[in-house]
Amino acid sequence: MRDEINLKSLLDAVNVPADWVGIREVYESNTPRMIRDGIPVSNGHYSTHGIMVEVLVNGQFGYFGTPDLSKKGIEEASNKAYFQAEAASKYALHRFTDDVRPKSVGKYSSEFEKDLRDISAKDINIMLLDACNALKVSEKIVSASALANVIESNFHFVSSNGSDVVQDFLMLEFDLSATAVDGANQQTRTFGGMRGTCRQTGKEFLDNIEILAQANKIGNQAIELLSADETPSGEMDIVIAPDQMMLQIHESIGHALEVDRILGDERNYAGWSFVKLEDFGKMQYGSKHMNITFDPTVSSEFASYAFDDGGLKAEREYLIKDGLLVRGLGGKESQVRSGLEGVANFRASSWNRAPIDRMANINLEPGESSFDEIIGSVEKGIYVESNRSWSIDDYRNKFQFGCEYGKLIENGKLTKTIKNPNYRGISNPFWNSLKMVGNGDTYGIYGTPNCGKGEPNQVIRVGHASPLCLFENIQVFGGA
Amino acid sequence: MENQFKTISKTLFSLINKDEVLTVSFTGEESQFIRLNNAKIRQTGLVNDADINLKMISNGTTCTGSFTLSGNDSFDLRRAKSEIERMRIEVSQILKDPYVTMPSELGSSHETKHSNGLSFENAVDAIMPCVQGVDFVGILSNGRMYRGNANSLGQEHWFETESFSLDFSLVAKNHQMVKGTFAGTDWNQNNFELYLDQSKKKLKMMELKPVKIDTGNYKAWFEPAAVSDFINMFSWNGISEASIQQGCSGFGRMRNENIKLSSKFSISEDFSLGLVPKFNSNGEVSVDKVPIISSGELKNTLVSSRTASEYGQVSNHAEPGEHLRSPSMAPGELNRNDILKEIDKGLYLSNIHYLNWSDNSKGRITGLTRYACFWVESGEIVGPINTMRFDDSFYNYFGDSLVQVGKETEFIPSTSTYGNREMGGTTCPGILADSFALTL
Repeated sequence: MRDEINLKSLLDAVNVPADWVGIREVYESNTPRMIRDGIPVSNGHYSTHGIMVEVLVNGQFGYFGTPDLSKKGIEEASNKAYFQAEAASKYALHRFTDDVRPKSVGKYSSEFEKDLRDISAKDINIMLLDACNALKVSEKIVSASALANVIESNFHFVSSNGSDVVQDFLMLEFDLSATAVDGANQQTRTFGGMRGTCRQTGKEFLDNIEILAQANKIGNQAIELLSADETPSGEMDIVIAPDQMMLQIHESIGHALEVDRILGDERNYAGWSFVKLEDFGKMQYGSKHMNITFDPTVSSEFASYAFDDGGLKAEREYLIKDGLLVRGLGGKESQVRSGLEGVANFRASSWNRAPIDRMANINLEPGESSFDEIIGSVEKGIYVESNRSWSIDDYRNKFQFGCEYGKLIENGKLTKTIKNPNYRGISNPFWNSLKMVGNGDTYGIYGTPNCGKGEPNQVIRVGHASPLCLFENIQVFGGA
Repeated sequence: MENQFKTISKTLFSLINKDEVLTVSFTGEESQFIRLNNAKIRQTGLVNDADINLKMISNGTTCTGSFTLSGNDSFDLRRAKSEIERMRIEVSQILKDPYVTMPSELGSSHETKHSNGLSFENAVDAIMPCVQGVDFVGILSNGRMYRGNANSLGQEHWFETESFSLDFSLVAKNHQMVKGTFAGTDWNQNNFELYLDQSKKKLKMMELKPVKIDTGNYKAWFEPAAVSDFINMFSWNGISEASIQQGCSGFGRMRNENIKLSSKFSISEDFSLGLVPKFNSNGEVSVDKVPIISSGELKNTLVSSRTASEYGQVSNHAEPGEHLRSPSMAPGELNRNDILKEIDKGLYLSNIHYLNWSDNSKGRITGLTRYACFWVESGEIVGPINTMRFDDSFYNYFGDSLVQVGKETEFIPSTSTYGNREMGGTTCPGILADSFALTL
């Protein structure tokens, strides 16, 4: 249940001599339901509701996040935010003006046909139970689960320079998972890897994905992996499906291009970047087949929106064009600090955290090649799907990713199934080894609900869409 | 905050019917955050937060919920009524739960820790002048934290503490870095300045000429902070009984194949340190010490009451997620002064980064070296190494390859602030392994 508050009247209650004041209200509810091994393990409804008051004093921002939605609460919050900003302003890293909080007025709502919130708890439980049963194709499936999380998120931002932005999001995370065990051999198969199936959508998404057929396929593939050969070791071509490309883009492009990170804000936590400010417009990030966009306008993608949390209007921009690095992921604060052009990506996880540079939807644009043309071009290599393990260094250079499911490619054909497919590389040479990019028929839209960054820490939702891709001469290997 | 918790709990219990059982848990904080970059303030602010989590058991089902406590009585009463009504509808619709875990009434507890911490008003002046002249980046997290739990059978627990954590990195001109975490409950300005001076001295060592090393297997000393990161992996598809039962734990080999780690390796869940509440989110109270691995043998997994019910085990009152809450690894015999001599030729690793299971069933973990990591030859530090990826199994470095364990343990505080500030941390020594695989 969301309490209605008059945010503009709260703004009027602020009585501090700040150069700028903004209030951001966030209400969010998560309704996760999960059936594991035929029993309900989650039927929850978790909500949070609060406001962040932000003030600008002597060029320094200060904030106070509070659940107190009263006028008295806002007065106390603004006074304390003012004190924080004033005390810190002696040591301000950068003296900002209200130019970094442009006036914006507008609305955004997730697009959907049928409201997810209209499905009853009973109906979702039964749907997930049926899926769970369909996953259990064998006694060797020791654990099977089906999950649906409906997320409703409402942002309202007002400011002393006239901003008034309302954004309402309706989202779904959906997953199916089957773990098969035979002795010490454990294999898990999911629906897109690590909660990769997440969208702004309505019930129509669930209607269209043929859940029982997908569950059956996932269960059978988990069993198939038990008797599969180990992934061979060596340098060879690798064809990566969209549900793994999602993670590849996220870790080795998205985070590396966050301008606050390049400016050093994250050095104590997530790290720095191999990209330097002077690289924009000059660095050949990848091969000429590589076109990466920041695109918060894709209607069904997880991190679409109309304005960021600083009030900047969100628009599609190329980050990498024909392999050349052209633009970074920097909101208005990073733009004035760095002197670079950026995008509307100044985002906070909730009312109790301040915005920082985040990814939104970072997508690899489709190329020209069909699935068959890509596979047919490979003499010796592997094909991989669905992320299960990820790790990359603090400069976003040396990565290692593991996938759930693989196939050998021999003489242009998919042959044996292989288990424990892993690959590793270094971001810049890896992207320059991109040889073929799939067409729109190979394109998949995924995302992740769990992108961690920032101090204090924040988890935020991001979207990634990609076609099938072929990289040449990559180091691949299997399990222990 | 305690009054808010008591008031809302009483209200919630007054709203339930006789055939309904309700557990209420509370998480709250009054926190200050100051984020620094280049020894300047990047962002700063305060956060007050108070969340109520609910678990209703009725009609053979379990249903959960949460809402934010605003501090405004009329808002909070409305939210409480709304949530109870929502759960009452839910329990009539959702599937029956054969493993319903009923709460119990086994006594209440109350623990409030007072300390002489760093006041919000003084924080900037206490820290900022001292960090000038060096590239300092990091965050101060500071203030009080609250945890509560009550159930409709009458049991009530409260835990309240105050702490600060200045988690930082010092960066040399060559981009090599040193990590520091000055944390505690009572702020002592002299101790802070001394700690900072020691960190600055370590930074000098990072100015030594870097050493490029190749992939391969090396003898390696892991400082306690690095060991702590390995131990943290035990909380993710690790020492959880449910994970083992569901085929997604690296500890399945210890259970099913009777594989042992080194006799030098012992770890327990130790609540006697008093850094976190002994009660979990179900209100169940753990014993002071739960041995997990003793002299290399698996003694206990973490078993929640639900897992116990589902798989016929005995609960040790782990959290439902069955993660370690207060891990403590036993010290060994290696004196700090002898570490370099014992390495002789190999790696001195202060910190590691971005760990993940690369082959969970075999206990294999990948990650990277980070911060003050050095190449050692003839028992002397030669210079910092370039960032290297490792990929090796804990059955190796906590098993056959574990040759020495440090004599001194350190408390590595949790600095996590996802959602809310975390309490506690890991107590552990360093370890020396005679083989550790670097792969990229």
